[in-house]
Amino acid sequence: MQTATDILDIQRIRADFPILDQLVNGKQLVYFDNAATTQKPLPVLDALSGYYGGYNANIHRGIHQLAEKATAAFEATRRKFQEFLNAEHLEEIIFTYGTTDGINLVAQSYGRRFLKEGDEIIISTLEHHSNIVPWQMLCEEKGCILKVIPIDDNGDLLIDEYEKLLTERTKLVSVVHVSNALGTINPIRTIIDKAHAVGAVVLIDGAQASSHITLDVQALDCDFYSLSAHKLYGPTGMGVLYGKKAILNAMPPYRGGGEMIKEVTFEKTTYNDLPYKFEAGTPNIADVIAARTALEYIEGLGKENIAAYEHELLMYATEKLGEIDGLRIVGQAREKVSVISFVLDGIHHQDTGVILDQLGIAVRTGHHCTQPLMHRLGIAGTSRASFAVYNTREEIDRLAQGILRVQKMMM
Amino acid sequence: MTINEKQDEIIDEFDLFDDPLDKTQYIIDLGKKLPPMPEKYLTDDNRIMGCQSKVWLGAEKQGDTIHFFADAEPTAQISKGLISLLIRVLSDEKPEAIASADIYFIEKVGMGNLVTSRRAGGLASMLAQMKAYGQVYATNPA
Ligand SMILES: Cc1ncc(COP(=O)(O)O)c(C=O)c1O
Repeated sequence: MQTATDILDIQRIRADFPILDQLVNGKQLVYFDNAATTQKPLPVLDALSGYYGGYNANIHRGIHQLAEKATAAFEATRRKFQEFLNAEHLEEIIFTYGTTDGINLVAQSYGRRFLKEGDEIIISTLEHHSNIVPWQMLCEEKGCILKVIPIDDNGDLLIDEYEKLLTERTKLVSVVHVSNALGTINPIRTIIDKAHAVGAVVLIDGAQASSHITLDVQALDCDFYSLSAHKLYGPTGMGVLYGKKAILNAMPPYRGGGEMIKEVTFEKTTYNDLPYKFEAGTPNIADVIAARTALEYIEGLGKENIAAYEHELLMYATEKLGEIDGLRIVGQAREKVSVISFVLDGIHHQDTGVILDQLGIAVRTGHHCTQPLMHRLGIAGTSRASFAVYNTREEIDRLAQGILRVQKMMM
Repeated sequence: MTINEKQDEIIDEFDLFDDPLDKTQYIIDLGKKLPPMPEKYLTDDNRIMGCQSKVWLGAEKQGDTIHFFADAEPTAQISKGLISLLIRVLSDEKPEAIASADIYFIEKVGMGNLVTSRRAGGLASMLAQMKAYGQVYATNPA
């Protein structure tokens, strides 16, 4: 049987990421912090400098050549994301600064317009702070009530408990597709269907899912989907909020300025159409343009191939780390992406991170912006290795050796 | 020994190591030798905030000098080691000397990132707190 390792030429892929080829503390870098942000391949870097060096201009306004070219490239990214998410309409793709920005857009625009005192919002124990705090702010302002879907000890959501939380008071459900701390892939199709059955709208935080899982917002039937390009081999400061057209049309703009208007007088302003009414001000043109290149890069490799290869890495790492005495993997959900969180007996995760860094291995340590989840699991934090398409089994071997070294030093 | 002499002595000790891992090992071993903090100081009031690991600092005026007690949660061994170095440099010194001390050994031994960055270590707040004790005792020599 042919494996993903055979299909993808990993060494050639690594050559597209020059940042990987460097020494850290005198050791070859192992970059295992991909859930925080992925590295960017050369074509993405070229797209950025190509724009600034060749056709930097403000978009949608000018009639000159450069402005035309920049506008065309900018809008081409919107079409690419429409394909990437399989959205029905082009104007359902709103450019944001990232996942957090998209969630805040929904909370501030949809939430403030349509939610009222006593309405209930459901999130889950797995959420990143960026899918907790915007709802708490809304609840504080509007008198809504926040409910939380519990998890089991493996890090799977308790869907039975979710059903019990759903009532006619539930107006919005906002759940993470893939947990950044544990890697759990949530059954969002089920979550969405059950929410719709009580008439609630659903937002999916896709920050971690989008680089690993093939997405189809029409099949999922979610009302909103928020993601960040920087976790997709693309630039920082750029993201997409998908929203169903009818809902987006009903929502008021929440930032005012240029670009989002049709006509302004001191008496009254009429707003622009979708998607522009949510894109006030000069957008992040360069990063939007380069994000398309990132999607093309993923397409070139094949998302299924990437997912299959990362799954092989996850299996390998789970086996390798599982062999280490005194190491406990945190998060053993039924379905996981290539994220492996662990704790070492008697060793603070911060110390683990410091020593691994001295060995040239970049992992993330701490609560991963999921403090309520850490609290539920009864730990202060974990060390987390998260894999991308350019990682290798040899690097996982180095991590395993590094962990043994940490344990030895602490003895 | 003055505060600066103690700092220079530490710098000399660390100069023996080429590999940063050996320095870290040395710090870990120092941490293991850090005397446990008296129970009465392990209070929330004495907890230093802003550190990823739990860290406490207590101070006692003994004669004309300040004696510091400090500890970190048992698993945070690098923090413990760094704490023991801070204590070695600043404990049992006069309040004025502590308040006005220029702490340079941390940078010099290449551990600056452990002490200053909030995410790792975050012991900068402990150092600030020690100096604040110096300041308080210098102005209220009670
Ligand atoms: C699950 C999840 N949600 C939201 C975010 C926030 O993404 P951003 O910081 O790009 O807005 C992250 C980033 O770490 C994440 O992992």
